[in-house]
Amino acid sequence: MARVVVDVMLKPEILDPQGKAVHGALGRLGFEGVAAVRQGKRFEIDLAGDATPEAVAEIERAAGTLLSNPVIEDFTIHVEGV
Amino acid sequence: MRVGIVTFPGSLDDRDAARAVRIAGGEPVALWHGDADLRQVDAVVLPGGFSYGDYLRCGAIARFAPVMGPLIDAARGGLPVLGICNGFQILCESHLLPGALVRNDHRKFVCRDQRLRVENTRTAWTSGYEPDQQIVVPVKNGEGGYVADERTLDELEGDGRVVFRYLEDNPNGSYRDIAGITNARGNVVGLMPHPEHAVDALTGPTTDGLAMFTSCLNAAVAEARA
Repeated sequence: MARVVVDVMLKPEILDPQGKAVHGALGRLGFEGVAAVRQGKRFEIDLAGDATPEAVAEIERAAGTLLSNPVIEDFTIHVEGV
Repeated sequence: MRVGIVTFPGSLDDRDAARAVRIAGGEPVALWHGDADLRQVDAVVLPGGFSYGDYLRCGAIARFAPVMGPLIDAARGGLPVLGICNGFQILCESHLLPGALVRNDHRKFVCRDQRLRVENTRTAWTSGYEPDQQIVVPVKNGEGGYVADERTLDELEGDGRVVFRYLEDNPNGSYRDIAGITNARGNVVGLMPHPEHAVDALTGPTTDGLAMFTSCLNAAVAEARA
């Protein structure tokens, strides 16, 4: 069984209030040297079979259809352990 | 006139939307998210709430509910569709309207009465207002910031497709103070504020929201006569 990972991030031009809140909390806790934080989503998708090019292409289609909104987000996809 | 109100798992304002339709003189018809059937309605309201718990993104899962198949087709064919709050988010996720709604820039849920300017009175849902009329209706959201790229925003402005704009204080960081927009044809309208909560002086700050529902009824009557 193979695992495909999809990482979704807000596009750089979209404000990320959650990332800003985390950045602020890091500063209050004394963690130094942090210039900025952006928060995203990670999906771990276990395939029923092997990570064939067709199976990965299917997940890529899912990532663009449901897992991310192309208006505000970008995604990257990789097969874990490869 | 039959106006469908869709209930998704987590819809909150479907009853208030149905009540607004009734007060405006229409017949509210309950539509179920799991049925790919619009029950021959003359218009549809997608109500506010937190469909599917706002999981993934607001409206992202509701957008693929069975009822949305025929609804998206009908909307492209000219059926009047109004999306309020979560309904607006669903319309954006469906790409019936451009842009997206993101978390409020100040990171807090906002709930208050909000002054708006009606900037487009040619849509199916706003013909009952005067151009540039100011109205006050409740706004309540945590992810109501309207965003789109500059080109889309310029296009919306240039084509007069900004229907409502926030006045006085922008409650959520929406780009260009945009509170509501329409598609090119003017049959699909989405807005974050809640006109259905402002149709009765007993329960709302004003009755300014009622004209949205009477506008749609009058448009349908006019079309039936034509």
